[in-house]
Amino acid sequence: MAEEVILLDFWSSPFGMRVRIALAEKGVKYEYREEDLRNKSPLLLQMNPVHKKIPVLIHNGKPICESLIAVQYVDEVWKDKSPLLPSDPYLRAQARFWADFIDKKIYDIGRKIWTTKGDEQEAAKKEFIEALKLLEGELGNKPYFGGESMGYVDVALIPFYSWFYAYETCGNFSIEPECPVLIAWAKRCLQKESVSKSLPDPQKVYEFVLVLKKKFGIE
Amino acid sequence: MAEELKLLGAWASPFSLRIELALKLKGIKYQYIEEDLSNKSPLLLKSNPVHKKIPVLIHNGKPIAESLVILEYIDETWKNNPLLPENPYDRAIARFWAKFVDEKILQIAVKFRLAKEKEKEQIIQELGEQLQFLEKELEGKEFFGGESIGYVDVVAYFIVNWLQVQQEVRQIVFISEEKFPVLCKWMGKLHEIDVVNGCLPPKDKHYAYMRAQIEAAKSAIK
Repeated sequence: MAEEVILLDFWSSPFGMRVRIALAEKGVKYEYREEDLRNKSPLLLQMNPVHKKIPVLIHNGKPICESLIAVQYVDEVWKDKSPLLPSDPYLRAQARFWADFIDKKIYDIGRKIWTTKGDEQEAAKKEFIEALKLLEGELGNKPYFGGESMGYVDVALIPFYSWFYAYETCGNFSIEPECPVLIAWAKRCLQKESVSKSLPDPQKVYEFVLVLKKKFGIE
Repeated sequence: MAEELKLLGAWASPFSLRIELALKLKGIKYQYIEEDLSNKSPLLLKSNPVHKKIPVLIHNGKPIAESLVILEYIDETWKNNPLLPENPYDRAIARFWAKFVDEKILQIAVKFRLAKEKEKEQIIQELGEQLQFLEKELEGKEFFGGESIGYVDVVAYFIVNWLQVQQEVRQIVFISEEKFPVLCKWMGKLHEIDVVNGCLPPKDKHYAYMRAQIEAAKSAIK
């Protein structure tokens, strides 16, 4: 039976980018469908009735929701190429731990950077850098979190790099001096086609953030 | 080499209890260490420096933190009585519902604890809407795991139990048999299974603890 793979996504979503990268790493052909989040398609509402959110991966008509769950699914189904999770259970647990850490910290704190100002923004910037430094510690000397090749944690984190310019500009700070190792890692990931083709232009992300700020009345 | 397995936990925590149930379902021997969360042990701080939270499983000296991560580690290391299904799609569905329980149900329940009186009605309604999704998912099945207890059952049991205890202590209905017959029947079934109900905290102690928490939250809101 021919595989039918559809990804319901939104161009600037770091969560959507994770699934794009995973599919690209595995060489899976799929149909990308851009959702208008102010006017969600009947298909999206039908495939993710609980959260009504993107990304949704649809494989032969069956939906998989939540980005990290979809990435694990892709890893398990297309298991013969570019494994994302290691085979050792302890290393898998570590990878899942750090992906969970990224989920808990990066998006929400990053969001606070562009939606707040003054003391609140300063606190968010500080927390953000602290989180990135912890991730740098976990990366250590390795070229990728996954070791010699990109893995689950790399896929979980790299999409947020496309938002760094927006965070830095809105927050008036620079990430590279604080986290040079992490920025070097990010640039290394971007050398890979699976990543460079899945991430939007940071300038476009920044312009999008400006539109959102205006819409929500954030100065 | 002799296996050395330690679980750093807290007797009333649904996150800690779910690990105990998983270990017991697989017949795995472990040493339980109760943590005083107001005075965290050096071992806990060393084993989970990032979050400093329980539960932490320490297997032959190597720590694993975050309850859902720990559950998957246990399932992959001790393959008897599997918690997660074999098929990748069913696994994705199980992971989805476990996340849903922890993020939606628990979050709303915690919101209730900190809410002002006038907000409570709205939150109960919100909780009801989310519980409906869970009710629907369970329909036609013995357990979330199908014929036998699985990953989602282990994750959800203590969260729903927490809601039921809250219900009794507060004298407010969160999860009525009338609106949630399937979920209530499922809880009833699990309550009858010794290895499962044996993990629950002693009733009186649990109720007293809940009451104290509610009082503390009330003074915090004033």
